[in-house]
Amino acid sequence: MPDRYAREDAGQPPSLHPAYASTLARSPRQPLVRIPQTLTETTGPGDWDRLMGPAMADLTTQHAGAPIGQRIIVSGRVLDESGRPAPRTVIEIWQANAAGRYVHANDQWDAPLDPNFTGAGRVVTDEAGAYRYVTVRPGAYPWKNHPNAWRPAHIHLSLLGPAFATRLATQMYFPDDPLFAIDPIAGAAPEPYRRRMVARFDLATTQPSWALGYLFDIVLRGPDATPADAAA
Amino acid sequence: MSLDNQSPELFGQTPWQTLGPFFHYGLPWKGGADLVGDRDIGARADLIPAGHDRLRRQGARGPIAGQVVDIAGFVFDGEGAAVPDALVEIWQANAAGRYNSASDRREAIPLEADFTGFGRAATGEDGAYRFRTILPGRVPGPGNSLQAPHAAMGVMGRGLLKRLVTRIYFEDGEGNDEDPVLALAPADRRATLIARRQSPAVYRFDIHLQGAHETVFFDV
Repeated sequence: MPDRYAREDAGQPPSLHPAYASTLARSPRQPLVRIPQTLTETTGPGDWDRLMGPAMADLTTQHAGAPIGQRIIVSGRVLDESGRPAPRTVIEIWQANAAGRYVHANDQWDAPLDPNFTGAGRVVTDEAGAYRYVTVRPGAYPWKNHPNAWRPAHIHLSLLGPAFATRLATQMYFPDDPLFAIDPIAGAAPEPYRRRMVARFDLATTQPSWALGYLFDIVLRGPDATPADAAA
Repeated sequence: MSLDNQSPELFGQTPWQTLGPFFHYGLPWKGGADLVGDRDIGARADLIPAGHDRLRRQGARGPIAGQVVDIAGFVFDGEGAAVPDALVEIWQANAAGRYNSASDRREAIPLEADFTGFGRAATGEDGAYRFRTILPGRVPGPGNSLQAPHAAMGVMGRGLLKRLVTRIYFEDGEGNDEDPVLALAPADRRATLIARRQSPAVYRFDIHLQGAHETVFFDV
């Protein structure tokens, strides 16, 4: 494990992005205080199943019946930015159902819930950093950010990585979604880097007569490449 | 084909995105905020419809060495309003000052398998969170320095495009005056990083995302 991790790169969004209105009162106004990475930041919990429990890699088999929607297989690798795999790291997954409705008391828009779909999953990467899960493609849904605002279809992902410094929560988007280009949340990440969050349809991982395949690699912060005295 | 996740020329850190408001059935598990026992804190069962609680409940564990304390507080936005859809995480060493992590190779310092040092809590409707943990021991800092007892904290949630990182120090913690990280915070705002002892076993630590009392957040 590295002694130091790289800082955030040019693809990260700012905390304040006025087009996403909720950031206005929830983003700091004082500059962040840059601190050296100590053992606190370069260590992190690794014992993910002790923390969160066993894997839930198939979101379509958690209830009595099959959920409605387009069945999909999402697979890829978790890497660091130097291209090395991140093995044995947990990916937590949550999403809306095929109609764009979340199983959540505060989501009350006029779209049906699916009794056979919760939308919560969890996978851990193998030694090569690879992961795979099965779900249904989520629908778009309206939100109140601005008039006639709709979120593009997306899957929420949360990763711990090897250290406190490598924590990441992101969203996976789908190709050819017309809402992606006008979404204030995806749009908070600068171009062209926001396209790192757009999955690619993949025929090779598509399972005949069963489910569409999408590829999505997740890249965590990697070892700091700058010499120690330059970084101090 | 337009640029996407698989384009080599775009390879680099995946951008952060907000958790949004609907993470409660996906992230905070029951007991996730109790690092030492089996109290049912951390999750928001009131937001998860019946039959859809897929998250685990924290299991039993053996005794953990150290002084058990609660760290409790509220998350506020820049207008002083409570933030009811934030997720707060902590990461800390055990009482002996060892991190339960493969990257802490100081074998001479005892490790406790049942103490992960990681906690997760969703805020309530009133913006409140609460962890139950032990007071962390001191860990090394840059050079030959020794850090004062502290826990790293991350704050996420709706309206937070990326995690905000801060630290909790303790008002009666040994070495606060010489801590190399605390010293980097502007003197007039340093108090925002120090939990106040409310009672023998409860520390109060409020998080102000913005405003006159804005918490010091770190670039790590």
